[in-house]
Amino acid sequence: MLKFTERGVYCPQADVYIDPWEPVERAIVTHGHSDHARRGMGRYLCHQHTALILRSRLGVDIVIQELAYQQAVSINGVRISLHPAGHIIGSAQVRLAYKGEVWVVSGDYKCVNDGVSIPYEPVPCHHFVTESTFGLPIYRFPQPGAVFSEINGWWAQNAAEGTNTVLLGYALGKSQVILRHLDTSIGPIFLHGAVANANAVLASAGYQFPGDYLIPETGRQTVKGAAIVAPPSALNTSWLRKLMPYRIALCSGWMQLRGTRRRKGVDRGFVLSDHADWDQLNRAVIATGAGDVYVTHGYEGPFARWLRDQHGLQASEVHLRGAATVEDEL
Amino acid sequence: MKLFTQLFVAVDQTTKTNDKVAAIVNYLQHADDRSKLYAIALLIGNRPKRPVRTSDLKFWAADISRIPYWLFEESYHIVGDLAEAIALMLPPHAPEKEHRLPDVIGQLAGLHGLSDDRKREIITTYWRDMDTDQRFVFTKLITGNFRIGVSRQLVIKALVIHLGIDEAAVAHRLMGKWLPAKETMTSLFAESKKGARDFQPYPFYLAYQLDSPPESLGDIGDWYIERKLDGIRGQIIVRNGQLFVWSRGEDLLTDKFPEFAPLRNLLPDGTVIDGEIIPWKDERPLSFQVMQTRIGRKSLSPKILQEAPLVMVCFDLLEWKGEDMRDTPMYYRRKLLETLLSSPGLRHVLLLSELMPFNHWGEVAVFRQHARDFHCEGVMLKRKGSTYGSGRRRGNWWKWKTNPLTVDGVLIYAQSGHGRRANLYTDYTFAVWGDDGTLVPFAKAYSGLTDKEIAELDRWIKHHTVERFGPVRSVPPHHVFEIAFEGIQASSRHKSGVALRFPRILRWRRDKSPESANTHADLLELIQSANA
Repeated sequence: MLKFTERGVYCPQADVYIDPWEPVERAIVTHGHSDHARRGMGRYLCHQHTALILRSRLGVDIVIQELAYQQAVSINGVRISLHPAGHIIGSAQVRLAYKGEVWVVSGDYKCVNDGVSIPYEPVPCHHFVTESTFGLPIYRFPQPGAVFSEINGWWAQNAAEGTNTVLLGYALGKSQVILRHLDTSIGPIFLHGAVANANAVLASAGYQFPGDYLIPETGRQTVKGAAIVAPPSALNTSWLRKLMPYRIALCSGWMQLRGTRRRKGVDRGFVLSDHADWDQLNRAVIATGAGDVYVTHGYEGPFARWLRDQHGLQASEVHLRGAATVEDEL
Repeated sequence: MKLFTQLFVAVDQTTKTNDKVAAIVNYLQHADDRSKLYAIALLIGNRPKRPVRTSDLKFWAADISRIPYWLFEESYHIVGDLAEAIALMLPPHAPEKEHRLPDVIGQLAGLHGLSDDRKREIITTYWRDMDTDQRFVFTKLITGNFRIGVSRQLVIKALVIHLGIDEAAVAHRLMGKWLPAKETMTSLFAESKKGARDFQPYPFYLAYQLDSPPESLGDIGDWYIERKLDGIRGQIIVRNGQLFVWSRGEDLLTDKFPEFAPLRNLLPDGTVIDGEIIPWKDERPLSFQVMQTRIGRKSLSPKILQEAPLVMVCFDLLEWKGEDMRDTPMYYRRKLLETLLSSPGLRHVLLLSELMPFNHWGEVAVFRQHARDFHCEGVMLKRKGSTYGSGRRRGNWWKWKTNPLTVDGVLIYAQSGHGRRANLYTDYTFAVWGDDGTLVPFAKAYSGLTDKEIAELDRWIKHHTVERFGPVRSVPPHHVFEIAFEGIQASSRHKSGVALRFPRILRWRRDKSPESANTHADLLELIQSANA
């Protein structure tokens, strides 16, 4: 039912693309990150919270059909519904059913509860298209709860030493997860503009997160001992200078590797990911009951071979042009 | 292992030297004496030998992790460090039993004679008892490339704080290959009995490269100026009728240099000479390659001894009649050295480093520029009134090396690095144009680019890969780099027929097209002129 084309994953029967990277007439968008949600589509179909994000990023005049999770639409006989992917707020797996055949496109997902987005739900299907960002057995992440205590412990120690704490994570998704779990009794929380903007968008859907926008007028004395949440792009910029003295940490699944951690030149790396790790990927694939698996976005080759050898599945690697190569991502 | 692992993690997490020293001091305050000795040995690079084959480690780890070998290898390539890859892939487990560092190292040292099954049992039991960080540190000890991000100087600093004794004394006590199993904190650091430390060299005084005009050093009359030779820096020690020859890398090389054996009787007891050990024939030094070939030999035939006879070109006297002379001024030590070496019996193995009779800095600059013509790599500048320091210090000793030779090469292969550079293509192979228009690889270089340039080049390599051979990728000839090196020799072991000394990237020549890179003929010409 689905084809992997130059423009993206395509359903000819419904004439709809999923996360296309070139303008098409009709696009289903799994979530609001910019490598999945691109501008120029005739019509968008996505979860209602993703719609908020798309409008703020791509303009209020785009045409969007909004769905709740589990709610279905029919396009030329194809029944299409969205299901929680647990990646970020509004992220969805796409289920397509036609004449008894069921496909699920995972988009980006994780199977642990981050306390912010609706947790991932396995969706039974015959054909499963899965990401594989962390599709190697070296990526087995610690429990998020343990990571949050580590982050808070580090913040408390820094604050006690009179040093500020800068936490870097994507403005949309990771930042909110960090903010939700920071222990506000330790000190004040401040936000980089990009994070404050993302929070403002999500506020219209009723999400509330702690932290004040760090404006140029914010005094050094006010920031003392604070945690400041900023996107990774703030690393090595002059914006950081007014936060001195500070210690800085990156929050990312890539921090699992010592080399990456050290290369980024940060004081700490916290393994906190919005993608599934090796164990989660395996569990997710098995839970769908799918006999055919298509592996994209990451370590396609090794993970597909593993699924074939180990689980006896029909698994193939799919190289999507728009997918950022693993090596390019942070 | 728990405390030592905490130390490793603490040091690994910071780039600030004060934090590192604090972490070491903290460790020393909490560890027991025996563990301390083993930790100090590890920190300064006294590593145990690799007791098991890395291929065995891989098989065992893949096996108990229940992952196929190909997937283990694939993952290992991404991590770039075997110990880390193993630690990450082993089934997660809460630490059960504490193993003390001395016991672990002791058992590893005893693995050599055991059967493979027994080895496997011992190693995998340790793995099972440890958490991820401990597994990483433990496996690092086995793979034999255990490196922790502290310099010897930082360890010394921490010991000074911990023991409350003088820095020079700590530095001295840590010299040489002492065995933690045979020492106590007292035997290592307390005032020694006479004769117990005869073998021990002094910490070497090292020079920085001169980075300002020589005129900034003031009156040239205050300075000794010597040739900087390209040999092995060493100390010759004679105490109580015994001879010890140490290299700066703190290898005891006495047996490698039979030429020096008679010195045991020729030099008075309590003599320590600092100098450059170098092959020497017909009044001039031979190339470093001759030395390397010789060092590599297990046994020294008369033929080799004749082809590459060694001398020490002596430039300092650190101990005289059993007295530590390092706090006396250089001109005084030099006088004593000259007197000592005037003894006729020494002349064919101990040469006096000649003082260059320059009157103006301008003359020094000219000599330095043409240093290769005088069989040296530049000049050493030493303040006449200076004492002998320890470690690398600024101010009184400077090296002023001649400019490197350079060649423009085309990037043709790249390989991913290890450690901090894992998963980044940072090890490059460069080529020059052969007579038939093909590219001939002539140099590998790893250093010289900024992190930003590495990242940019890495992206380009990943998007322009022509072929992959394991971890190596070939790329189309496009980028030209200026490669600098200290020396060039004909070599039958290299495809290009050329061996370079210390090749590194000087700069990325974005202004040059691959066609304008140097040719193989240019290299041969360089050999001719460099070794004329």
